[in-house]
Amino acid sequence: MKRYNIRIAGVGGQGVVTSAHILGNAMSAAGKYATLVPFFGSEKRMAPVEAYVRASDQPIYEVGEVVYPNVIMIYHPQVITHGKSYTMPFYSGLKENGIVIINTEVDILTDEDKKVLEDLNTQIIMYNATGLALEIAGTELATNMAMIGFFFGITKLVNFEHIEKAVKERFLGNTFVASGGTASLDSAIEKKFKRKVELLEKNMQVIRKAFEIVEEMGWTEEKQPAGA
Amino acid sequence: MPEQKVVDIDYLLLEAPRERKFITGAQAMAEAVKRANVDMAIAYPITPQSEVMHLVGDLYAQGYLKDYYRAEEEYGTMSAIAGASRAGVRVFTATSGPGLLRGIEAIASWPGHRVPAVLGVLTRVVNAPLSIQPDNIELAYLLHSGIILLHAENQQDVFDMTLAAFAISEMVDVYIPVAVATEGFFVTHAKGYVNMTPEDMKLPPRDPYKAPVPVTDCEVPPARIQRDAPVQKSNFMSYLIHAVWQQEVWASNMRAMKYIYKYLGGPIEVVNPDADVFVVASGCAAAQGREAVRYAQQEGLNVGLVKIKSIRPFPAKEVREALKNAKAAIIPEHNIEGWLSKEVKAAIPNSGIVTDGPRVYGGMTLPVELIMEEIYKSLGIKKEKKVVI
Repeated sequence: MKRYNIRIAGVGGQGVVTSAHILGNAMSAAGKYATLVPFFGSEKRMAPVEAYVRASDQPIYEVGEVVYPNVIMIYHPQVITHGKSYTMPFYSGLKENGIVIINTEVDILTDEDKKVLEDLNTQIIMYNATGLALEIAGTELATNMAMIGFFFGITKLVNFEHIEKAVKERFLGNTFVASGGTASLDSAIEKKFKRKVELLEKNMQVIRKAFEIVEEMGWTEEKQPAGA
Repeated sequence: MPEQKVVDIDYLLLEAPRERKFITGAQAMAEAVKRANVDMAIAYPITPQSEVMHLVGDLYAQGYLKDYYRAEEEYGTMSAIAGASRAGVRVFTATSGPGLLRGIEAIASWPGHRVPAVLGVLTRVVNAPLSIQPDNIELAYLLHSGIILLHAENQQDVFDMTLAAFAISEMVDVYIPVAVATEGFFVTHAKGYVNMTPEDMKLPPRDPYKAPVPVTDCEVPPARIQRDAPVQKSNFMSYLIHAVWQQEVWASNMRAMKYIYKYLGGPIEVVNPDADVFVVASGCAAAQGREAVRYAQQEGLNVGLVKIKSIRPFPAKEVREALKNAKAAIIPEHNIEGWLSKEVKAAIPNSGIVTDGPRVYGGMTLPVELIMEEIYKSLGIKKEKKVVI
């Protein structure tokens, strides 16, 4: 299998690092390999955040930030329009034949950006992931789930079940037992648990919808990501 | 804490069953300490640090260690480690960057005092301007101290080298301290798979009487040297005592090599021994080198890796042999000075094959692509550069 070296750029509060963990855990659930590197600065709401994931079915030795990605995911249009990013321009270091997935309502790429990306034979995907999150889950906080859905929908690296396992792990913890006697929990925990289960279900709906959109739009991975 | 049974050193290091865990480099070091029958740990929580001494503190709370205390600062830590070791107990400490430099006067005296001890070095930037990133220039300061220095590529190496370090350090024909170094963040804070020996097995306790120098005997070195310091004698005696003792320290350092072969599979690892071009690296730069070999294979290039596990003793003979037919040796490093490159060049007759770099410093990441560029150059391959940086 090819190696995916992924750079995720977004702003604080969008769950950039959370979704990197889910990406990695989904690979692990599928019996494959992933490593992740969150870039820790003085992150705060709406400030730039980056996370890096390497994914493969072979062991990964490499460490450190991904400087030369073959997949770039932009969770917030301000990463590009306002330069809210550690890496400027947003495609810096992108290898040939890569994939760029941008969350945006409108086409935000300049002609110059497009020229560079076309020269690199990049597959460019722009979609209103936040709109999708609002529509399906009723919260823009599920934007990251839509982005994960697009990535896995396109690359088909793991199955839906693997993602579900990873999302469950993230929101319910490793100790969660689906058949566990929830009746014995006291009401406070039950309420909290119920909310978590609802949250989980909404997140999964967003990912499922993202998979459908990938099919409808015919976004399949045509090109082999570059020499990674 | 499970009841731990003492097992033979060779059994624990070479034969005991292993279980795979997904843990950080800091955890891997603490897990090795847990299985090493350590009596005492001393540390100072300077910034920057790794989680290692925090985790070893947890081990003390759980009953794995007999004693643990916070020293007044690093000089105090390293002096107390020497005192405790000379009193006959097995000791461990770990530090990083500026803490290592603060303690280095005491550390440099350990080998001469024949102090068996294990020191974890989790590298961080030293020197100004202040930073806490994982540059490894600090290891250059240890190269001439007489200490045995092992450099771990990943979490597995950290575990194996730390556990072996306790055994090697206390061998009667070695009996000097061992430092196990790895890069901060890249290895200490990142998780990797580690095959570990069972939690309920530990090394035999230190036997302070199995030593080339008696414990705290004031009539023979090194205690005698302390009481009647050479500086109090004639110049001639001073030269002589110091000279023979330094010879002995460095001979001890070299005698550790056979145990590095026995417990760590040798001081170097060679991937694709018939390669034209080798990446020569230590620590986590070796992981990047391993990926470069994989990239190169995909492109049909004959590239190999020489990973140097032991920096002291330096495996000059082994490196010479591995590089004897190489057309080029590329040495990626996480420091500006290139201490490994200097070591390699001094060890081989064909030092003209060495490319000094790529080097990153200040704790930056070391992209495999930088190593690939040097590989292309060495093979005379011209690549059109499309990537925008």
